[in-house]
Amino acid sequence: MNKQLPELMFLKSRDGKEGCSLSAPEIADDLCVLAADKLRKDIADFPQLSEVEIVRHYTNLAHLNHSVDAGFYPLGSCTMKYNPKINEKIANQPEWNAHPYSPIHLVQGNLEIMKSLEELLMKITAMAAFTLTPAAGAHGELTGLRVIRDYLTAKGDARKIVLIPDSAHGTNPASSVLCGYQTKEIPSNENGILEGETLKKHLDKDVAALMITNPNTLGIFEKNIVEIARILHENGSLLYMDGANMNAFMGIAKPGDLGADVIHLNLHKTFATPHGGGGPGSGPVGVAKDLVKFLPVPIITHEGKEYKVRYHNESGSNRVKNFYGNFLVIIRALVYLLELGKENIRQVAEDAVLNANYIRKKLEPYLDLPYKSKSLHEVIFSDKGLTVKTLDIAKRILDYGMHPFTIYFPLIVHGAMMIEPTETESKETLDQFIDIMIKILDEAKKDPAFVQGAPYSTPVTRLDEVMAAKQLILRWKPAATKTN
Amino acid sequence: MRYLPLTETEREEMRKTIGIKETKELFSDIPKDKSYFSLADLPAALSESELLDKFKEIGRKNIFPGFLSFLGAGAYQHFIPELVNFLSNKSEFLTPYTPYQPEVSQGSLQGMFEYQTMMAQLTGMDIANSSLYDGGTAAAEGIVLALKKSKKQHILIAGNIHPEYIEIMQTYIKYLDYKMDLVPFDPQSGKLKLAELEGKIDQDTAGFIFQSPNFFGVVEEGKQISTMLHSKNSYSIQIVTEALSLAFLVPPGENDVDLVVGEAQSFGLPLGFGGPYLGFIAAKSEFLRQMPGRFVGQTLDSKGNRGYVLTLSTREQHIKRERATSNICTNEAWCAFRAGIYLATMGKKGLQSIAKTNHLNTAYFVKEVSKLNNVKVKYQKDYYNEVVLEVQNGKTDDFLNKLEAKKILAGIPLHWFYPDQKNTILVNFTEIHRKKDIDQLVQAIGEIK
Amino acid sequence: MSTKDLKFTEKHEWANVNGNIATFGITDYAQHQFGDIVFIELPTMGKSFSKGAACANIESVKAVADMYAPVSGEVTEVNSSLENAPEQINKEPYGAGWVCKVKMADAAELDSLMDESAYENYVKSVEEK
Repeated sequence: MNKQLPELMFLKSRDGKEGCSLSAPEIADDLCVLAADKLRKDIADFPQLSEVEIVRHYTNLAHLNHSVDAGFYPLGSCTMKYNPKINEKIANQPEWNAHPYSPIHLVQGNLEIMKSLEELLMKITAMAAFTLTPAAGAHGELTGLRVIRDYLTAKGDARKIVLIPDSAHGTNPASSVLCGYQTKEIPSNENGILEGETLKKHLDKDVAALMITNPNTLGIFEKNIVEIARILHENGSLLYMDGANMNAFMGIAKPGDLGADVIHLNLHKTFATPHGGGGPGSGPVGVAKDLVKFLPVPIITHEGKEYKVRYHNESGSNRVKNFYGNFLVIIRALVYLLELGKENIRQVAEDAVLNANYIRKKLEPYLDLPYKSKSLHEVIFSDKGLTVKTLDIAKRILDYGMHPFTIYFPLIVHGAMMIEPTETESKETLDQFIDIMIKILDEAKKDPAFVQGAPYSTPVTRLDEVMAAKQLILRWKPAATKTN
Repeated sequence: MRYLPLTETEREEMRKTIGIKETKELFSDIPKDKSYFSLADLPAALSESELLDKFKEIGRKNIFPGFLSFLGAGAYQHFIPELVNFLSNKSEFLTPYTPYQPEVSQGSLQGMFEYQTMMAQLTGMDIANSSLYDGGTAAAEGIVLALKKSKKQHILIAGNIHPEYIEIMQTYIKYLDYKMDLVPFDPQSGKLKLAELEGKIDQDTAGFIFQSPNFFGVVEEGKQISTMLHSKNSYSIQIVTEALSLAFLVPPGENDVDLVVGEAQSFGLPLGFGGPYLGFIAAKSEFLRQMPGRFVGQTLDSKGNRGYVLTLSTREQHIKRERATSNICTNEAWCAFRAGIYLATMGKKGLQSIAKTNHLNTAYFVKEVSKLNNVKVKYQKDYYNEVVLEVQNGKTDDFLNKLEAKKILAGIPLHWFYPDQKNTILVNFTEIHRKKDIDQLVQAIGEIK
Repeated sequence: MSTKDLKFTEKHEWANVNGNIATFGITDYAQHQFGDIVFIELPTMGKSFSKGAACANIESVKAVADMYAPVSGEVTEVNSSLENAPEQINKEPYGAGWVCKVKMADAAELDSLMDESAYENYVKSVEEK
């Protein structure tokens, strides 16, 4: 197995190589109606490779990647769980592969799939309705914030501020600002959670909403959530619950019951759709009853057995995405939920939380635990007292064939190591991970320089990120010729 | 359950280690009256064969398979070589996380670097990012970028941009302090009225965003538009919804466009009922530090070997937080990677060939359908891959129903987007269509009284 | 370069006064927080800044932050060598890593800045938090 980077495809390119098989053209060139000055003369340096070379190239690239199918990925906040293969089989079937503008009576099956997922998500979360259109969590956040703003504006009570805890994911403040809100940071207490009294201090009539992740990015359940929701509602403010950590209590509690007015979910986290190296995802947004009419189009409805679609809203178009959303991601999530069923859905969160707590208990003697509150599905350690940096430990883990945990997030923990095993890991894997961590911490005590030089056995060693940011080579270009 | 590897014995051991009797105790922070709700209203678990049966049953309710379709308008049916499926579905590409640990992600990273290169080559721009959600949101990101970079408040948008893209841009701008004005198109030619554009550009205009080929399939005068905007210190932003057109038409870079945004679904992604698709943005290098999305950059490792990393992350939300230009995090990475495979597979000659076929098929249809007198091609000049067909007697819905009865989806009725256009449809041709398919369409149209 | 005559801000900038020209930069503590600096957006020549306004933007691999003007003034010179060698800010934050020079608008503003020992105490208190 070749573990070296293959040459860039542009360097293997030769004029005349063919990678595809095309039918002979049937229509003569002279039918072209566009004048020559509108036509492109050439695509300079665009690759030409044979099929064989393309297969070798990408097969060799595959050998360089770690993946969930290959090993452990305990990334906190990412919920890197196993991606079921039956989901792939069903999603790739041609029955669903319609043009999104197909007349709806021809695609009732696709509409049923979307509506079925929506209804299942409503049952799991106790929200009144969902839009499946956002393409990712951040997209969902922006959509959800806009729903809040539309709702308050329609009430004649447009407010300017969104409160966000100091532990929040960066997309929270970014999304708020893109919705025209100002953000104010609100501190968590020494146990890592938000207190009602602190909220009251930061609350005024200008606060539109509080954006909270539950459990928060420390993996701790915001146990004051019901009181927090009450305080907000009494103030005419709304509660946005970022559902990125839904894997911690899916099937155990419902955000709607806890007082959430708007939530988003990440299908590529909790609902097992593949991460694909950074997407595609899907970020459905669920809302409470009073906000349903502000959801973006298109809206799918049942009328008896027939599915219909509405493309316009009385409040003006608030469309956030082309067509219906990431349909092929949506269908995978539906297959996943239908396979779990009522018999297994609760076990997901129970095992996820059990796994995280097992790791916590085993590593507690070796690492600093900044927050002693109960962990749910993820646990956070800091780098306090270590002879090496969190980054160094992460890189050394790579040498042992595992992917490290999330590092340096959330910002409120120094040298944060956020570990989320998920429920799809065996006890053997967890024990292996624990052993590796103990070994590395021991290595760090005895020979810090060795750990600081990791990784050693990966296809490339530690990469120079400073050079990357300064040189900014973001594309290949042919070497300068004498005429350049 | 096959995705839950813990055995009951192991759970017992783990509980003992943790020091609890029941797993429930770990959830004690959740208010008792709101936890461990009844699961009765959830469906029963399905086995693998039951899942296949259930989805077969749902699939039977989709009756579009077997229809001859000429639907386009921002989603295009293209032939996807089997190689693209085979390679992109490898689990090493489908199941990894975002490459934040680059040492074990060089496969994804190099593939994305190659994709970024090809997109820059195709658009004729300096740099391209590694994906946005889709064409519509890419257009919205494009105008926000132009507004933020220029520090101006006003943006102009062409009236003949895909209506969904306009809706999305309006949604994005709604609560930001910006003003958006529409520049109308000439109903005779389907093209923009450049004189009207000139009149609307003022000192506070950040730029003008237009689509070419436009929503009606007509190629706009990109060079003239860019020149006009630059003379007034504004940015020229082009939307491309049919990415394949980049292989046939003069690329935006050569027309001095500043930002190119659009949809690259045509590069190997199935129609998939609308998603996941592939937004893209490509630009002149001056935009680099404010561009949304991720970038892969080349560097060296500690031994001096070539390697790739995500770079310029300081632009992104996880660092800039409330000062980020965009909030995008998860994007369409796998789709972009797959598009890279498609582009490598088609190669320069393959792309040029099918891009030309898309146009010639459209031209052939126009030639043949012009022999009929119950329809008329509305914009006969400068179209690329789509044409607007006017139904001469009666309304489009009736016309389309008659064709649907013959299992032909002839086009998209434009009254879906423009309520007063009761008698026009948008018809698209790609290399999927053989000559006999086009003949079949023409004949079927001819048979309608 | 000696830091004993410099004036410091709570946002970790320094000012060095010579007649009515003040040179600005960021402190050693700040450059250390940034890590390797890869880019700086320098202020435009002739532009005026009020005390406390963002006058430059500095990027490292893991952070991005503004530099704020210690005192008000009009930019008379910028250190353009930083365009190709931003790492000078890390290497010599008080010397070759200077960012810009301004013609001061109101020298009295210097009185509200910290001297070296006050700044050292301030940094200690920040690190203890």
